[in-house]
Amino acid sequence: MIRVVLPAHLRTLTQVNGEVELEVPGPPTQRTVIDALEARYPVLFGTIRDPATQKRRTFVRFYGCEEDLSHELPDEPLPDAVAAGTEPFFIVGAMAGG
Amino acid sequence: MSGVRVLVGTRKGAFVLTSDGKRKDWTVNGPLFAGWEIYHVKGSPVDSNRIFLSQSTGWFGQLIQRSDDGGTAWEPVGNQFIYDGVPGTHQWYDGTPHPWEFARVWHLEPSLVDPDTVLAGVEDAALFESSDGGASWSELSGLRGHGSGPSWQPGAGGMCLHTILVSPNDAKRIHVAISSAGVFRTDDGGDTWSPKNNGLHSEGIPDEDAEVGHCVHRIALHPSRPDVLYMQKHWDVMRSDNAGDSWFEVSGNLPSDFGFAIDVHAHEPETVYVVPITSDSVHFPPDGRLRVYRSRTGGNDWEPLTRGLPQRHCYVDILRDAMAVDSLDSCGVYFGTTGGQVYVSPDGGDNWKAIVRDLPAVLSVEVQTLA
Repeated sequence: MIRVVLPAHLRTLTQVNGEVELEVPGPPTQRTVIDALEARYPVLFGTIRDPATQKRRTFVRFYGCEEDLSHELPDEPLPDAVAAGTEPFFIVGAMAGG
Repeated sequence: MSGVRVLVGTRKGAFVLTSDGKRKDWTVNGPLFAGWEIYHVKGSPVDSNRIFLSQSTGWFGQLIQRSDDGGTAWEPVGNQFIYDGVPGTHQWYDGTPHPWEFARVWHLEPSLVDPDTVLAGVEDAALFESSDGGASWSELSGLRGHGSGPSWQPGAGGMCLHTILVSPNDAKRIHVAISSAGVFRTDDGGDTWSPKNNGLHSEGIPDEDAEVGHCVHRIALHPSRPDVLYMQKHWDVMRSDNAGDSWFEVSGNLPSDFGFAIDVHAHEPETVYVVPITSDSVHFPPDGRLRVYRSRTGGNDWEPLTRGLPQRHCYVDILRDAMAVDSLDSCGVYFGTTGGQVYVSPDGGDNWKAIVRDLPAVLSVEVQTLA
């Protein structure tokens, strides 16, 4: 079970309070976690990854285990603690004005 | 009893303002989608309960919301705006080729006859259509593909398709305006397009009379005479009497012919409204006086409308999609400002009053006249 923390705007869209818990088949990666997240909440399609390129949006970041995972390849396994559910996978809106 | 519903898009959410036919007392509902940029909100002309809304941020991209109950409950619908085929390139600010990249939806234009059909004007400039209530979108790619697309360049606000006018007499005739490419028209429902900029003259571009490359800010028409078009260009207020085949200037005695918004009285096709702005580098009203100008002669002869509007220390802007009219017997005129005010005149512009004063910067104003 993967724990995901969404940024405030996406919690509002999904009407989620607190963390999201997801079952992800196979070794969890950025891609499989976000695929599972979008399957649970279709409204998130296109908000985390560009719908045309499937690349992470410029001002969205991925954190886990106090590391910035944003530049890891989308099919790289997530850290063991995130995969085990002891640490959450953070999806973060970058601090960039607004 | 008749009434109005004013749909306001702002930098930080949407607001719905409602009143009865007197338009004196108002109920303000919002912010909806707080924190998101709401570029445009517009209701279906054939089903007033159906409203489409463009919601975006630089962080999380574009969503389209739809309400089927007049703006109380909203449902996210489709947000895949994928350019048809290989998108190709347009010119970047430095003149180099730049790939077409979707940024946001600027304008939503619901069909005049079908509540499930809606057009979307987007940045980078393209026109999309949905025929299933916004669930899915496909590009009318004949516009970008008609030939001049690779030469289009963005204006300071981005390369946006910001105006969509569907002819009430012929649904296959559509005018669009793009900053900063100009006006284009299709007569076959979007398959083929032609530039319609003959008569426009723009200092600051290499060929001042070019067929394409003009910074058109907004065009408007009256439903009873869809071949008469009015335009607020970057500079110049223009008019066409032949559906855009040619344009002539009607700036007349305006204190500045720079501006963004333009609209036409609901019952008087020769009565036009603009809000002059000082210049392209000074985006506030001349002399700090907020004046709407009305022409009752289809242009050239303009009168300032000031009663109820601030006549000193006013330094706001009125953006291109932020003016609208209702169709009550006494035509109401509305506009929003970057200072967060939304003004109404229930008597065609003679008297004005702020409905609200402290919203986020207003990006768009639309009005629904309710039976």
